[in-house]
Amino acid sequence: MSAPAIELRGISKSFGPVRANRDISITVRPGTIHGIIGENGAGKSTLMSILYGFYTADAGEIRIHGNRAEIPDSQAAIRAGIGMVFQHFKLVQNFTVLENIVLGAEGGRFLSTSLEKARRLLKRLSDEYELHVNPDARIEDLGVGMQQRVEILKALYRQADILILDEPTGVLTPSEADHLFRILQGLKREGKTVILITHKLREIMDVTDTVSVMRRGEMTATVDTASTSAPELAELMVGRKVLLRVDKAPARPGDKVLEVDDLRVVDGAGVERLRGVSLSVRRGEILGLAGVAGNGQSDLLEVLGGMRAGTGRVTVNGTALALSGSGSDARTRRRRGIGHVPEDRQREGLVMDFHAWENVGFGYHNDRRYARGLLMDNAALRADAAAKIAKFDIRPADPWQTARNFSGGNQQKIVIARELEREPDLLLVGQPTRGVDIGAIEFIHEQIVALRDQGKAILLVSVELDEIMALSDRIAVMFDGRIMGERLPAETDERELGLLMAGIADTGRDHPVGEVEANLAGTAGKRE
Amino acid sequence: MIFPDAIQIADSTIRLATPLLLACLAGLFSERSGVFDIGLEGKMLVAAFFSAAVAAVTGSVWLGLGAGVAAAMAFALIHAVASITFRGDQLISGVAINFLAAGMTVLIAQDWFEQGSRTPALTGAARFAPIRLPGADALSEVPLIGPFYADVLSGHTILVYAGLLAVPATWYILFRTRFGLRLRAVGENPAAVDTAGISVARLRFSAVLICGLLCGLAGAYLATGLAAGFTKDMTAGRGFIALAALIFAKWRPWYALGSCLLFGFLQAVSNRYSTIDLGLFEIPNAFVLALPYILTVVILAGFVGRAVPPRAGGEPYVKER
Repeated sequence: MSAPAIELRGISKSFGPVRANRDISITVRPGTIHGIIGENGAGKSTLMSILYGFYTADAGEIRIHGNRAEIPDSQAAIRAGIGMVFQHFKLVQNFTVLENIVLGAEGGRFLSTSLEKARRLLKRLSDEYELHVNPDARIEDLGVGMQQRVEILKALYRQADILILDEPTGVLTPSEADHLFRILQGLKREGKTVILITHKLREIMDVTDTVSVMRRGEMTATVDTASTSAPELAELMVGRKVLLRVDKAPARPGDKVLEVDDLRVVDGAGVERLRGVSLSVRRGEILGLAGVAGNGQSDLLEVLGGMRAGTGRVTVNGTALALSGSGSDARTRRRRGIGHVPEDRQREGLVMDFHAWENVGFGYHNDRRYARGLLMDNAALRADAAAKIAKFDIRPADPWQTARNFSGGNQQKIVIARELEREPDLLLVGQPTRGVDIGAIEFIHEQIVALRDQGKAILLVSVELDEIMALSDRIAVMFDGRIMGERLPAETDERELGLLMAGIADTGRDHPVGEVEANLAGTAGKRE
Repeated sequence: MIFPDAIQIADSTIRLATPLLLACLAGLFSERSGVFDIGLEGKMLVAAFFSAAVAAVTGSVWLGLGAGVAAAMAFALIHAVASITFRGDQLISGVAINFLAAGMTVLIAQDWFEQGSRTPALTGAARFAPIRLPGADALSEVPLIGPFYADVLSGHTILVYAGLLAVPATWYILFRTRFGLRLRAVGENPAAVDTAGISVARLRFSAVLICGLLCGLAGAYLATGLAAGFTKDMTAGRGFIALAALIFAKWRPWYALGSCLLFGFLQAVSNRYSTIDLGLFEIPNAFVLALPYILTVVILAGFVGRAVPPRAGGEPYVKER
């Protein structure tokens, strides 16, 4: 048997008192897809950053193809044949694909010769690995899936034979993710070694040959994927049994809280993003809105949350909401009892450089309970934050940390704590568990279900079909700015929802759910 | 009657545009690499002083030029260390450089020469002499083209031609060389450069030092070409106008030539005419003098359109996990 592509022996790395990696050893066989799975903060990215020369390990050694390697910087990693595709792409937005690919590997002082050489090589690589992309397109004009291909090509152009991908599907739609996995299989067939870092069990099960599990800086197990199962891996990850299914009592829907009728939104470029959406959410019910990202779910949340203007008719508890002009702002919406967990917590949910306690008060800072005369009662706000941190088990349990210093899951918990604690009549939740580790997912799901059981109405938007299936009492699927159909979770499956998400209304099934029928008739008729 | 005026204004436009152009290209290198530089003014000022002072003492304009460039590059180095190595605030560092230059030049000038914060007037070999371009005399009788060639294009000092040549040179470096590609990349997304295995700090240091070099030429031209010696605050806001021109030019070299010529033209007009008679009413002298500055504000406020600065501009690069 040939030497391992990568062998790490006893790697340790500390950041101050935090021991990010503890005595990690791992062997990656050449020509395989090796998964590394673990919760956020388990040390996966640190380990890969050491391998790519971003950090140097405090102790331990790295062997590549059997030879001991020193990797003090990225240049050395590239020379050793390691390529890395970061979670956040490292591309120059206003450069062309070709320029991005040659950057740092120009092979000469003058560009015209380097670019011509690169163009030929790129063509060959594209054909070889079926990674087709227009070399003269500007990065900013490409979708995330294409940008990822450019990152992969960048690594291949540098003759990488070991490719590391850090959370590659976090930004991809399900079909783009499938395409990526086909590309990875192709790379494997060509003899490349792929390391896939993820916290999604399904990806590990689908695509890897071997999987290593990390927990709190330690490598807890390395097993053949074929001989393990998702529940077993989940347990190894968090160190205890996790419910992949949400445990919830049947819904007891009451009166309609939210009614949306013929809602339309036109964006700045004049494109109609919502083309007459009608739906309703009842008290004590979770309506899950499924769909491939970019089909209008975000726009719907933004209009309902008061971040964008629209036309149509929306009522909450029987009273109409202003959809544009005065009274259509987010603050008025909050006063009307609408809580909003926005899709992008770092951009819309938090101020990253503010303390946790300040973030806990945002949107509600005018509340009487945070006020002392004309001034803010910061002590009250801090006390409230400390209480929420304890209740939602936000770690580190320090109200004085800036939002930036929390992991993704804990950042999300801050937002969820803020919005849920007001006991809104209607909660809008966008991607509640995007980039959140399993332990926190479970917790967040429990909180959402608990709010439902208190008789609140919840509109859930998620691109994770598993999440929609597990949480929703009713599922609506959006496609191209319209509701394609509604289903009950018990009476549908992922295949059927997938067809609806792809815009195929005729799924060969009949669903005699009263409201579902009415909605189907309403939207299907308008589709060409 | 109109024609000689036009020739005169065109000639003086080129003269006045040169320091702006050199400073503007200086800013272009720095800002394209992601380091904002509002210290162009200060660097020009120290260069103006040291070039004039050394030229006055040694009698050699070339030694003066060397001293001016060295001084500007030393100031650029301060900015580089503060904003790249120590990741300080680039605006504050720039402001500090401007204050330092304004105070230091006057103080040293008074101490050395005791002529009311001036250097002695430069004469002979201590100043850059105009260069007659070949064939200027022969062509001068040809109508239209002759005077244009002989009086507008010909008869400037070497730094004017250096400034004009710096435009295609900058374009070539920026868009046709490896260094230029990396420079543009580091101003847009330093993380991309870093992960490609190139040193962000080294690239930015080079860019800021090139900026110092060009500011040095601009300052030296002011004191030894355009004027004959250093006077207090002689840059008169040119560093800031150059920044405005840079934004107007959308950080592109050829556009920079255009926008600097426009600002130079405005200064030339205000120098040529103390008042402008529009028949119905007369534009007063104070307004004419203020015109370039007013137009700077107007252009920046309204006419630039969407000028997208380098995305990583103004932010120190910190490696992230």
